[in-house]
Amino acid sequence: MKGLKLILVMILALLPVTLRAQELDMNEYLFGHVGDSYGWHVTTIKGHPVCIHLPVIVHSKATGWHVFSSKHIEEGEEYEGFRLAGEDEKHSGKLVEVTSLGIEKPLDISITKNVFGLFINSLIVLVVILLGARWYRKHDAREEAPGGFAGLVEMVVMMIEDDVIKPCVGHDYKRYSPYLLTAFFFIFINNLMGIIPFFPGGANITGNIAVTLCLALCTFLAVNLFGNRHYYKEIFWPDVPIFLKAFPLMPLIEIVGMFTKPFSLMVRLFANILAGHMMILGVLSVIFITASMGAVLNGSLTFIAVLFGVFMDVLECLVAFIQAYVFTMLSSVFIGLSRQEPEHE
Amino acid sequence: MSLITPDFGLLFWMTLIFVILFFILAKVGFPVITGMVSQRQDRINDSIRLAKEAEERVRELSSEQARMIEEARKEQAAILRDAASARDAMVSRAQEQAREEAAKIIEQARIQIAAEKETALRDIRREVASLSVSIAEQVVRKDLSDNEAQMALIDRLMDEMSSTKMN
Repeated sequence: MKGLKLILVMILALLPVTLRAQELDMNEYLFGHVGDSYGWHVTTIKGHPVCIHLPVIVHSKATGWHVFSSKHIEEGEEYEGFRLAGEDEKHSGKLVEVTSLGIEKPLDISITKNVFGLFINSLIVLVVILLGARWYRKHDAREEAPGGFAGLVEMVVMMIEDDVIKPCVGHDYKRYSPYLLTAFFFIFINNLMGIIPFFPGGANITGNIAVTLCLALCTFLAVNLFGNRHYYKEIFWPDVPIFLKAFPLMPLIEIVGMFTKPFSLMVRLFANILAGHMMILGVLSVIFITASMGAVLNGSLTFIAVLFGVFMDVLECLVAFIQAYVFTMLSSVFIGLSRQEPEHE
Repeated sequence: MSLITPDFGLLFWMTLIFVILFFILAKVGFPVITGMVSQRQDRINDSIRLAKEAEERVRELSSEQARMIEEARKEQAAILRDAASARDAMVSRAQEQAREEAAKIIEQARIQIAAEKETALRDIRREVASLSVSIAEQVVRKDLSDNEAQMALIDRLMDEMSSTKMN
């Protein structure tokens, strides 16, 4: 992230005019959009920010649970002994408790912008799938095929199950397909909602490391909890010359591999979505940066920026699908590898 | 908030939401769809198999039908041939019979004619004899005075006889 900031600063330094702080704070602009926050800033109308205040839930060691609205801490003021940490302090941007010893970080399970976005998007996933499933309760699927929305849901579900899960996982794919389909739809809907620039979309959820960490952890558990004997034998006592096992070089590599697989899943999804958001924001920032450079320059660059913005948005729609697909496919492959039966010699 | 350090609050909520979402969807979402689709797939496969079997049956039946028609045609030909030969036999037998019959009738006719002829000849002979006797009587009864008169008488009698005979 330091490198990214450096590159951005260098790009800004190349611009012929100095950027004044009140014009556009590049740092806040970028990280405010892709990061998390306690309130959901929807837009600003005539200088007044339109903000959805979300509940802050913190547990302090000294004073116990506190639940209050995020509007009390919006401008950095202190409320019930809590305030947002400043930029140059420790835990910058997070809620901290002010004690006699200085500032301390409480246990923080606030409904932040991303959590709220998660609620909304999960509800959408739920509604989409249950609406698709509802059709089958009212119709005899053996007599007719669904059309319209249920048909669309069925098509996507069967595409993932038949083209990804079945060939990758192998014979007992039915056990894993609910998890893999849930992961696919969860990632796909969250990716798409992330592209929508206004409420209720716009929260950068799958571009957040905590979310992808949780997903990768689920795949890790699915792989390692249900791995068969052959899988664990391959890890701890693989078919290699004895000197590679006696000094446990191969087992060591295999154990590291157990963790790098989900780690790569986590980073791949996170980095792809975050980078996409950053690119769109970067392209659009050109409009605001050049606002003070005269109408001709601003106008022509705005035209180019919008053109690139459209291109990036279309690309992101593709990426939204591809990343969900890739996550599902790789999870299926990893699960499939852990369920492989030994080859008969 | 930093981008690459996972935030505990978000991790907590994400885990909670995702696990709940997973359990709901795994219970009432995806299995319903995939189960129904696989049922429909089975049904479609069954239908295709049945259709194939029916087609097979139809093909069998049509070949059976063709075979039956062929058989019927053969039978018809045989019957026609039999009928023709029977007719020929019957006709020739009838002709034979007719010929025999005709020959018999002719034979009988001939015999009858011969018999008739015999009778006729006998009658004629008897007539001639009686005529001769009556002529002789008349000749004898008349006084045979002179020769000339005798001769004239005989001639006249002869003429009468021949004219009666003519008649």
